[in-house]
Amino acid sequence: MAFPIDKIRKEFPVLHQMVYNRPLVYFDNAATTQKPQAVIDAIINYYSRDNCNIHRGVHFLSQRATEEFENTRKAVSSFINAPSSHEIIFTKGTTESINLVASSFGKRFISKGDEVIISGLEHHSNFVPWQILCNEKEATLKFIPVTPEGELDMDSFRKLVSKKTRIIAITHVSNVLGTILPVEEVIRYAHQFNIPVLVDGAQAVSHMAVDVQKLDCDFYCFSGHKMYAPMGIGVLYGKEKLLEEMPPYQLGGEMIKEVFFDHTTYNDLPYKFEAGTPNVEGVYGLKAAMNFIRETGIDNIYAWEEELLRYATWKLGDIEGVRLIGTARKKTSLISFLIGNIHPYDAGVIIDKMGIAVRTGHHCAMPLIELLKVPGTIRASFALYNTFEEIDRLAEAVIQVKQMFA
Amino acid sequence: MTISEIENQIVTEFSFFEDWMDKYNFIIEMGKSLPLIDNRFKTDQYLITGCQSQVWLYADYRDGKVVFTADSDAIITKGIVHLLIRVLSNQTPEDIIRSEMQFIDVIGLKEHLSPTRSNGLVSMIKQMKLYAMAYKIKS
Repeated sequence: MAFPIDKIRKEFPVLHQMVYNRPLVYFDNAATTQKPQAVIDAIINYYSRDNCNIHRGVHFLSQRATEEFENTRKAVSSFINAPSSHEIIFTKGTTESINLVASSFGKRFISKGDEVIISGLEHHSNFVPWQILCNEKEATLKFIPVTPEGELDMDSFRKLVSKKTRIIAITHVSNVLGTILPVEEVIRYAHQFNIPVLVDGAQAVSHMAVDVQKLDCDFYCFSGHKMYAPMGIGVLYGKEKLLEEMPPYQLGGEMIKEVFFDHTTYNDLPYKFEAGTPNVEGVYGLKAAMNFIRETGIDNIYAWEEELLRYATWKLGDIEGVRLIGTARKKTSLISFLIGNIHPYDAGVIIDKMGIAVRTGHHCAMPLIELLKVPGTIRASFALYNTFEEIDRLAEAVIQVKQMFA
Repeated sequence: MTISEIENQIVTEFSFFEDWMDKYNFIIEMGKSLPLIDNRFKTDQYLITGCQSQVWLYADYRDGKVVFTADSDAIITKGIVHLLIRVLSNQTPEDIIRSEMQFIDVIGLKEHLSPTRSNGLVSMIKQMKLYAMAYKIKS
């Protein structure tokens, strides 16, 4: 069946506008995706029909919103095939999910002399929380090296694992290069030594099917806004056994069972980790986004985006002077590149003037950029609503940049 | 020339451009002819870090006037730096401190000074004024 691109594009109101007198081309999907009408409607529906605080009211609205909230939790668990919905914790996003684990797991399981392993491909949000934790605990942070193609150096990884390793935190997909990491292999190896693995799935969930049981990861984190859902809603999946042993991350309402003047007992999972009033509108939107992905079919999305990537790699790679950064064998639909010696900022300014939204700079992964010995990159990241014609527009813009800075 | 005379001159120059491409070609040319900072000042001490591009800025004080030289790793940033230097260099500290740099808005380059661009230009103007203040106190 042909991919219904025209129908899909109609679902996204933002796409249909002119910028600088040209039709907008949106290639900054790794930063955030646009939202389909169904997601926008879900938010409107929440505020115009169901708005109230959940879990606490016996009244009608509260019950209806609570039901939708908890149904979404179930939908998330089936979206990533988690064994149980109480292993799904709603957060603000991937960053908060990782911070939660670093802080809470760290408090319970990491002490002086221990080691934490991350990779050289991490976004700052899966880097800095571990760095600070290790500094505080006098533990050591180790890095899995990256090959020049942008892949994990698996031999070095195996050598890094030691008796002192307490946790491994790696990204599923690199936000700078698009590399799909061999997380299954990492997890299988780590589990031989009973080392838990956290996977940062922010760049994965909108592009490919994720099955946390098949991966057997111990934690999986992702953001709604990178998968067509609203900003400010995210997910932490964690294995029940670990979550049970971890202390709460934040303290307040919702996460308590009983509060006495001298002590407090904590609520059960997942509420133990959901202090305060949650982002209910975000949860409504997330459900609509998951429906949208399910209806379109994640495998159809993967196939379409793979075609886009292949075309863009060929089209841009064919322009003299264009250097593709990151040539891993397995990639999502993201292409990072440089044009000759032109600074990414300069290129970005001109590409923007041609109506195309790309990202330039270090993409919140400064250690990786340093490793690659580049001043940053130009990153075009595709989503299911992008087209081949839009890639042609990007190629034209790249040629324009070359001419202007020649 | 006074600061406002130079600003007017730049506004006139930019009024000839019919589209964005001419304008940016001009900025790129300006970037290529920026009065470059002496290499010995191209150090971290004189670096103004932006998220996307960086600027090195040095100020000298000659005959009651502040003289700026600079460099950047990005050519468009360099071009805009050149415009800022054209306006503020060889002026008295008092005039530099008082200047409002409205020409940037008039010639349609305001977006380059927005915080989201993170190219170091906003910090650069602040730094130029700080230099002027320092020289004013010294003299």
